[in-house]
Amino acid sequence: MTTTAPAPAPDETPPAPPPAPLALLRNTWRGLTSMRTALVLLFLLAMAALPGALLPQRSLNQRLVDQYVADHPTLAPWLDRLQFFDVFASPWFAAVYLLLMVSLVGCLLPRTAEHLRGLRVPPPPTPRNLGRLPHAAEARLDDAVPAVEARVETRLRGWRRLWADEAGGVRTVSAERGQLREVGNLVFHLSLLGLLVAFAAGKLFGYEGQVIVLSGGGQFCNTGILGYDSFRAGLRVDGTDLESFCVRIDDFTATYEPNGQPASYEAAVGYQNGADLAAGTQEWRTTTIAVNRPLRIDGSRVYLLGHGYAPRFTITFPDGQQRTGEIQWRPVDQATLLSEGATKFARPGVTDDEQRRTSQLAVTGLLAPSSSGGAVVTSVFPALHDPEAAVDVLRGDLGLDDGRGQSIFTVDRSGLDTGALTRVARENMRPGDEITLDDGTRVRFDGVRDWVSLQVSHDPAQAWVLVFAVFALVGLLLSLSVRRRRFWVRLTPLDGASARVELGGLARTDRAGYGEEFARLRAELLQDRRPGEGPEERP
Amino acid sequence: MNDVVLALYSDRLFMAAVAVYVLAMALHAAEYAAARARRVPAAVGAAPSALRSHSADVGAVGPHYGSEAQGSAAPDASPGSDPSSVSDPPRRGTAERLGAVAVNLVVLGVVLHAASLVTRGLATDRWPLGNMYEFTSAIALAAVVAWLVVLRRNPALRAVGLFVLLPVVVLLFLAGTVLYARAAPVVPALRSYWLVVHVTTITVSSGLLLVPGVASLLYLLRRSGRAAALAERLPSANTLDRLAYRTTVVAFPLYTFGVIAGAVWAEAAWGRFWGWDPKETVAFVAWVVYAAYLHARATAGWRSGRAAWINVAGFAVVLFNLFFINMVVAGLHSYAGI
Ligand code: HEM
Repeated sequence: MTTTAPAPAPDETPPAPPPAPLALLRNTWRGLTSMRTALVLLFLLAMAALPGALLPQRSLNQRLVDQYVADHPTLAPWLDRLQFFDVFASPWFAAVYLLLMVSLVGCLLPRTAEHLRGLRVPPPPTPRNLGRLPHAAEARLDDAVPAVEARVETRLRGWRRLWADEAGGVRTVSAERGQLREVGNLVFHLSLLGLLVAFAAGKLFGYEGQVIVLSGGGQFCNTGILGYDSFRAGLRVDGTDLESFCVRIDDFTATYEPNGQPASYEAAVGYQNGADLAAGTQEWRTTTIAVNRPLRIDGSRVYLLGHGYAPRFTITFPDGQQRTGEIQWRPVDQATLLSEGATKFARPGVTDDEQRRTSQLAVTGLLAPSSSGGAVVTSVFPALHDPEAAVDVLRGDLGLDDGRGQSIFTVDRSGLDTGALTRVARENMRPGDEITLDDGTRVRFDGVRDWVSLQVSHDPAQAWVLVFAVFALVGLLLSLSVRRRRFWVRLTPLDGASARVELGGLARTDRAGYGEEFARLRAELLQDRRPGEGPEERP
Repeated sequence: MNDVVLALYSDRLFMAAVAVYVLAMALHAAEYAAARARRVPAAVGAAPSALRSHSADVGAVGPHYGSEAQGSAAPDASPGSDPSSVSDPPRRGTAERLGAVAVNLVVLGVVLHAASLVTRGLATDRWPLGNMYEFTSAIALAAVVAWLVVLRRNPALRAVGLFVLLPVVVLLFLAGTVLYARAAPVVPALRSYWLVVHVTTITVSSGLLLVPGVASLLYLLRRSGRAAALAERLPSANTLDRLAYRTTVVAFPLYTFGVIAGAVWAEAAWGRFWGWDPKETVAFVAWVVYAAYLHARATAGWRSGRAAWINVAGFAVVLFNLFFINMVVAGLHSYAGI
């Protein structure tokens, strides 16, 4: 099993004169399960994965892909047609690893059977001429055969051994050791199969979604895809039957190094798992989540990915009605968390459609968590030390009603040119500041809250992936460290009180180092420990 | 001592280590020059244990390899005796002494090198594997330590030392210049026990893999029959091949463990255990290449030359992952910084 006979590569198999379909099938199968094919497939797998690292991938970053397409207008469409931007979802990548797995199964099944049979077969009988083995030694000992035999028996404890008689009172033993190597090898390869299956199951039944939640009491419940800002579903997930749980962000704290580098993110959260929700309890369990420390609820995980700021504005309309808006603004500079955004309002109590459409308000601009204090608002530090917002207040038709999807972070400013929008104020504001517009509407900057972005991940098979990975590692360790070897002893009585002892050894695997073990056995069994005598003497 | 002073000590120790390695390399080279090529087999190739285990290989792999293996082993074939020590004592003494001093210098270099990493860790109050300067330095350290362990078990391999030190010094030079980063804390995502487990195992196994990479290259050089003057002083092709195999067999499971640990960490840090991030992808490629190496070792017709090429390719992929992917391709791993 360990020495692999030169297996016929597919192209080398002599074609049967009449192309009998059966023979063809058999030959194909043989070719596919040969070691050489496995090697070629391993290479193909390595080659096929490389573009996944060298070219931008849609699954990782759509923006980089778009950039690449824009930069390489002739090449990119071809690459795209060949799915080089989705390598790991492409049929050709799948073909390589599926072929490899088929080859693996075809290789493993016979090996397993052979191995099981081999476990019951006794070690092969002692060869006639032990001197011709790669390791051999002999000596004359002043002990009778039974005494030596007893010593050999003790020394070979742990070996599978078989004693036999030969003519003239000669006793021989054939011993074998290291079958764990084969077991390890099988465990390793089988675990790889298991790993692939578990990985695939995770892709089928898992999902992943991102959502932004305001700190200080914002809640998120895993009730459906619509609750998420973005969602990636496994092939068998339609989003109707998600694991139910709710999370509430009670508090968020970030600390920074003096140079502005983040030192830690931490959110105090409350949550209710499926059972709590089913029981209708009002109690929330509490915990903290942080980078490297997700919340694990019934097989789903909630991660804290990042954070930013949400300014709060209160509009007091001329008729005295108030509306408060608080929505996340997005960081435009990760180092200082200078953020941009647009907080939009529809005027309340207006029934006339036309009037409603043209009296929408947007407070848009930049927010600096630690303002430089200059006339142009910039941020000098990511923490919320001295917030200041530089805002434009726009009035008119923001497009809130026309059903088009729009960015929550920006206002479509083309309306400024057509007159559909007018800028009614431009001001730098600190919390508490208020501006009064031409029609008497007042805009107050109340303050700033943190928001956090959460990721919810669900992968029902990932524990199995780990289990198989660990098994694969253990199997690998066994198959690489255990040596399979054989050892023979022939004891020939010379007269009543002494015996000729011949030893022979053969390593059955491509492992160097049996020589050393043989030398030890030899030294102990032949009772000569003088160093430097023979080539096998090195301990 | 405050952190700034410690960081300064760390940098000085690093430079001292590089200087000592360079000196050791020079001595190894002088050793080369001092030893006359004719005495090569006795001085280098004939480790008795190597010879014996070699014959074990012949038995293991089967009759079709026997003749080739025996052929290349022929020059070594007088294990017990060492004629050179009789025929030419003074010259042998020079080479021998130079070599011994070189090895002692390497030991000194390792001590300084390790001290530089330790002081870096103390200065920054974190595990000193937080940026490319530190990884590269640690990989070089692991490679030299692995080399010393190999050498201790088989002193006859000493002539390989020059070729192990060469890439090590190149790596350290890059680390100290292009990649150098001042001692500083790391971003929150790197503050985890998994940094210690994952990055350390990957670093150590990458360092270990340098040794078989070098051994395989030398093996190919020896087999090709080119650069005979250089190659002759080297251990036999068989010894080199075995060195490559035995080191790979230790490093590969460790690398596997490192990748698994990375996946476990990614599950906690990034929300998924595997996402085909460029770094992950190339780690996978390297893993597959080394798996191919092990298969090649058991496949008729691939066992010798091609297997060695695959091993070299494997180490090339590991280096590619360390340098190219970190510095050129943007991915999640990029925050480790340069
Ligand atoms: C995903 C694909 C595969 C991977 C990653 C893989 C990996 C490995 C590794 C790391 C080893 C080293 C263990 C050792 O040397 O004992 C190994 C050994 C082995 N593999 Fe695979 N393998 C794969 C597929 C296959 C296939 C398809 C076959 C059959 C054609 C196969 C046959 C073998 C054999 C016979 C050994 C033992 C070699 C020896 O005796 O040293 N493997 N494999």
